Amino acid sequence: MIYKLAMQHIKPGDWLTLLLGGTLVVALTLKLWNGDLADKAIIRSGGKIFREVSLSRDQKIEVPGPLGISIVSIRDRKARIASDPSPRQYCVRQGWLQQAGEIAICLPNQVSVELAGSRSKYDSLNY
Amino acid sequence: MSGKEQAESAGADLPCSSLLLDTTAEDHHIARMAAVALGLTILESAIPSPLPGVKPGLANIVTLIVLARYGWRAAAWVSLLRVLAGSLLFGNFLAPGFFLSLSGALCSLVVLGLARHLPVRWFGPVSHSIHAAFAHIAGQMLVVYFWLIPHTGIAYLIPIFAAAALLFGTVNGLIAARFMDSETVAENRKPIRRPQKSYGSPG
Repeated sequence: MIYKLAMQHIKPGDWLTLLLGGTLVVALTLKLWNGDLADKAIIRSGGKIFREVSLSRDQKIEVPGPLGISIVSIRDRKARIASDPSPRQYCVRQGWLQQAGEIAICLPNQVSVELAGSRSKYDSLNY
Repeated sequence: MSGKEQAESAGADLPCSSLLLDTTAEDHHIARMAAVALGLTILESAIPSPLPGVKPGLANIVTLIVLARYGWRAAAWVSLLRVLAGSLLFGNFLAPGFFLSLSGALCSLVVLGLARHLPVRWFGPVSHSIHAAFAHIAGQMLVVYFWLIPHTGIAYLIPIFAAAALLFGTVNGLIAARFMDSETVAENRKPIRRPQKSYGSPG
């Protein structure tokens, strides 16, 4: 009966709407439930944990290192190294980190930012 | 106070109350449909829900039918009256739940206003209903995020709400289409009967 009802009342455009709606739901699920949204950023300086901060609050953190001060910026649940005194600026150019397990390392200034989720993932460094 | 006393004394002098409002046929339609929508809201509150906020939204069936029959203005009246009267009945007027309903209703009304300009040949009540359902949940999530729970953790719930919107939007749209079908059938029957009478009287 439901099948007959659907066949009678769903017009071609309605099928299109259903298809788009279904695609939207699937896309949202894949995007939001990939299970490794990062919760916090672990900031290290000189190999030791300098601070662990939640990603839910936008802020800028100054991290001292041997060469000077690196600035870690947190915005919209993403983190990046906004400025760093290292000569080649690799960690700055890495840009925004979003997924758990992503890491930006400024070797000359011995500063790193790592994102962590609810569970730690395996990567090539940590197996 | 004095104004009220005056009104009462005037009422005593005139047994036919002077507070009679002029109501049009459209007002009556709106009131009747809002009452039906309210009944569905109350019915729905008795249905247990696995997650707060996941509800079938049966009252939107009424909004869809009113939109098709009487236009957007009447649909807006019915929808907003239902939200207001429902909040008074459930006792959450001006509480967070009221603003959630209100923002959902406003968003879906805006989207319905746009969606009803889709070509009728291709898009029916099912499309309208799905659009309205997604708009409803979007409006609610905006209020939740910007006012009630400003934490991105609620993003985890969005897929559930979106899936529910798609499912219930489709079902409500089908029900509305079914009702409109039977209404048009009833309308088509009336003109058939009338000529039979008129044929009788001249002959």
